[in-house]
Amino acid sequence: MNKRLPIGLGFILLVIPCSLLAAFTHYPAVKALVNSMWNNASSFRPSKFVGFENYEAMLADDRLSQVLLNSTLYAIGTVPLAIGLSIGMALLVNSKLPGTWLMRLSFFMPTMLPLVAVANIWLFFYAPGIGLASQILSSFGLPSINFLGRTDTSLVSMMVVAIWKEAGLFMIFYLAALQGIPANLKDAARLEGAGSVRVFIDVVMPLLRPTTIFVAVNALINAFRLVDHIIVMTRGGPNNSSALLLYYIYEVTFAHRDFAYGATLTVLMVVILGLLAALQFWVLNRKAHYQ
Amino acid sequence: MNWKNTTALSALAGGLLGVHATAVSAAELEFYFPVGVNAPAVETIQTLTDEWAAQNPQHSVKAVYAGNYEETTTKALTAANAGDPPAVAVLLAIDLFTLIEEGVIIPISDLADSPEEQAWLDGFYDGFMNDTKFDGKIYSVPFQRSTPVFYYNKDAFREAGLDPENPPETWDEMIEMGKQLTKRDDNGNVTQWGTRIPTLGLGGAWLFGGLVVSKGDVLSTETGMEARIDTPATIASLEFLQELAAEEVMAPGGISWGDTPKAFLEGQTASMWTSTGNLAFVNENAEFDWGVGFLPGGDGPGAPVGGGNFYIFEETTDEEREAALDFIKFMTSADSAARWSMATGYVAPRPDTWETDMMKAYAEELPQALVALDQLPYAEREFATFQRAKVTQYLVEAIESVVTGSQDPAAAVAEAQEKADEVLGDYR
Amino acid sequence: MSRDINRILIGTLSLVLAGVWGLPFLYSVWTAFHPERYAANFQWNAPITFDNFFEAWNSAPFALYFMNTFILITIVLIANFILCTLVAYAFVRYRFRWAGILFALVMVQLLISPEILIVENYLTLSQIGLTDTIIGIALPYLTSAFGIFLLRQTFMTVPKSLDEAAQIEGAGAWRVLWTVYVPLARPIYLAYGLVMVSFHWNNFLWPLIVTNSPEVRPVTVGLSVFATVESGIEWSLVNAATLMTTAPLIIAFIIFQRQFVANFMRAGIK
Repeated sequence: MNKRLPIGLGFILLVIPCSLLAAFTHYPAVKALVNSMWNNASSFRPSKFVGFENYEAMLADDRLSQVLLNSTLYAIGTVPLAIGLSIGMALLVNSKLPGTWLMRLSFFMPTMLPLVAVANIWLFFYAPGIGLASQILSSFGLPSINFLGRTDTSLVSMMVVAIWKEAGLFMIFYLAALQGIPANLKDAARLEGAGSVRVFIDVVMPLLRPTTIFVAVNALINAFRLVDHIIVMTRGGPNNSSALLLYYIYEVTFAHRDFAYGATLTVLMVVILGLLAALQFWVLNRKAHYQ
Repeated sequence: MNWKNTTALSALAGGLLGVHATAVSAAELEFYFPVGVNAPAVETIQTLTDEWAAQNPQHSVKAVYAGNYEETTTKALTAANAGDPPAVAVLLAIDLFTLIEEGVIIPISDLADSPEEQAWLDGFYDGFMNDTKFDGKIYSVPFQRSTPVFYYNKDAFREAGLDPENPPETWDEMIEMGKQLTKRDDNGNVTQWGTRIPTLGLGGAWLFGGLVVSKGDVLSTETGMEARIDTPATIASLEFLQELAAEEVMAPGGISWGDTPKAFLEGQTASMWTSTGNLAFVNENAEFDWGVGFLPGGDGPGAPVGGGNFYIFEETTDEEREAALDFIKFMTSADSAARWSMATGYVAPRPDTWETDMMKAYAEELPQALVALDQLPYAEREFATFQRAKVTQYLVEAIESVVTGSQDPAAAVAEAQEKADEVLGDYR
Repeated sequence: MSRDINRILIGTLSLVLAGVWGLPFLYSVWTAFHPERYAANFQWNAPITFDNFFEAWNSAPFALYFMNTFILITIVLIANFILCTLVAYAFVRYRFRWAGILFALVMVQLLISPEILIVENYLTLSQIGLTDTIIGIALPYLTSAFGIFLLRQTFMTVPKSLDEAAQIEGAGAWRVLWTVYVPLARPIYLAYGLVMVSFHWNNFLWPLIVTNSPEVRPVTVGLSVFATVESGIEWSLVNAATLMTTAPLIIAFIIFQRQFVANFMRAGIK
């Protein structure tokens, strides 16, 4: 039986915390829209209203199209792989194999490390000729690969770093879900003669769906939100092949000091994320019918 | 007598007696500086700063290690835009136009207006003073300047049957000798490349500038409004880079700045093109006989200059400016510059530094340090324009696209030139 | 029989996978403890040294960076615990107009996190003069949609009977919150706390642009500033610094592994 909320209490409980939240979420989103219609101020002239000029520049920006392509590839590359790997890891760790604590430690450790630390570790790992990757390759008689110096490998190298960091965390969520599956369900399936693989596909996977949705959303948000490794390892290069949208926003705003264009790109980013959210919502609503 | 009169009289007396007027006014200086990982470098700056503070007890100075050059500039600009800049900072020489555009620095030539101070300003190497000027005024003072040089592994030269005292001087020689220096293992994989020129990012753009200078052109001029990206010299330079990879003298693809010295030390490359600022690192860690030479040039020697200058910020009081100028004089004085140069391998910005006993001994012990100095007459300013970060990015992209094989030189530079002109058009 | 071989095979493979997975990290740790010359030349019997740590520690004010991270996390934790509790309480225990809309608006922050709006948030901070301060770093994160969501889910499981019983005893809104709801949510607070510690210890981009000085720089930014160089990168030093900055988390994790995992799981389930 819920009571009505008195104004005074409501102020303390809701207004103050939510204003704080809005001040750094909703207010800046609106502000970005406003600022995107003005140009930059400099010491020679103050900023003036330019309407959609920044958006026109944005449409003509071919670096941006490369960045958007990268972001799309990056999302498509990291999300399913991270999910797949984490399910596999969860299954392994949840099994009765020996040494699962070691596996769990090894898989989850990257999650505890800051992404910048992970980036340094992998920068070292990828260093052509001197890094561990090259040392391993050369012990197999293979030439060293210039992972971060080639336009065709730089983005994938970044994806590997992200997956390495995230999969362990998602593994934990799947572990929780796996351990919540009643044993009798699996036993029942086995009694009917289903092999392990069948049991997995028909019994376990559907029950993991809520977790998968949660993990997928998280992974997608992270694919946009986390660019620390780009900053540390490649700075978007070579030739923008590893630049992601948030990195581009960071570079344009804080390296090139172009705040107006940064605001424009921010609007673009919010719109993209909004569309993704709407898409997820739509997909979830449809799937809900079958639950 | 009230306070103002006392100050005025003291200043007058000070001026008459040649004692610096700052003796009567106290200033709190905030000093931003960038450094690399080299531990002694940070300590040396701190020591020098403390010494000046000790000599000038009425002032205080807080040395803020802000990160690398890019970060230090961003931090300084951010602070300036927020109304709270440092009094003095060491920032990239090429930041000149950005700082001027944002209106955050003062012309030091206006501040250093006495005859002695003007003579002092004249006493810096011309090669380092070129990029301090704009519109007829001097806006910065050289401090930690550098120029890239050609480091090479003498043992590797001997092994390849080359004369270890004769490093390549021209591009053709580089390719010829490079081919002989490249070693492979039994699997056919390269274990030692002939040379290694960083081509990625800003480090790559810097070295590229040297290539262009050696072909008789420059990448930018002192107006800050001109980017000479589409020229025969740049195309020739890009083709040289391509040729190095094609002739298997250099590894294909983009080469990063940061791990080049390590690769050299590990014997992954018989030679490398990198800043003279790495001298200390190489000297400490090389386990082979090594030497330094001029950068091999296209039509003759050529190199860019780089590194950081002192800037004094605009939102400062007169006392702070005087104190900052005094601080700068101290830090660039023969003794301080000598110690700084020895700690890092940066080239001392004034000839008088080389007259000190310290530097003479240092030069005897490490003659490689003199090469940068000898190369200085052939050096030109580093690429810099208004909206530097944005325009340099176009140059960087052009270089990166060529070395990764995505574009051919003519198309790459034409595209970059077009974009640069669009940005710089506003300023002309 | 084949089942056992299967098990042994899969068991070995998975241990190998775990080993390979941990390889970059393990090698980085190994490099931190050995002199620079072995950084690119792995040798079993290379001499161990602690010099890298001493040199790294002396090259940058890491103690200060740690302190800053610690202060930052403390501020964020306390603020979140209080503010998210308040909001969750309001949503669960009361009805009011626009509750649905308000909740949806709050949940937007799950998607549009402060880093996405980095440009404008930075300008906001700069306008109120809080750039280059620890409170400035913390400000966008003082209330978090994730925390509100988590606590709301938890509070919703509190039996109404307990609430009513407390009211009968004359407890006002605050007493009920403090004596009924909060204690029952304690494991969630712990779980949420751990998630937050992990998140904010690791946060990089926002503190990077907010901070200018070592006095407020947290450990992640300090590490990156330390590792970006003009001269060549000294890998053993950088790896030592990396290990130093992550050691507290790693040690805590190894000791409290089970609790960490359990709590992350709990946060995930909700």
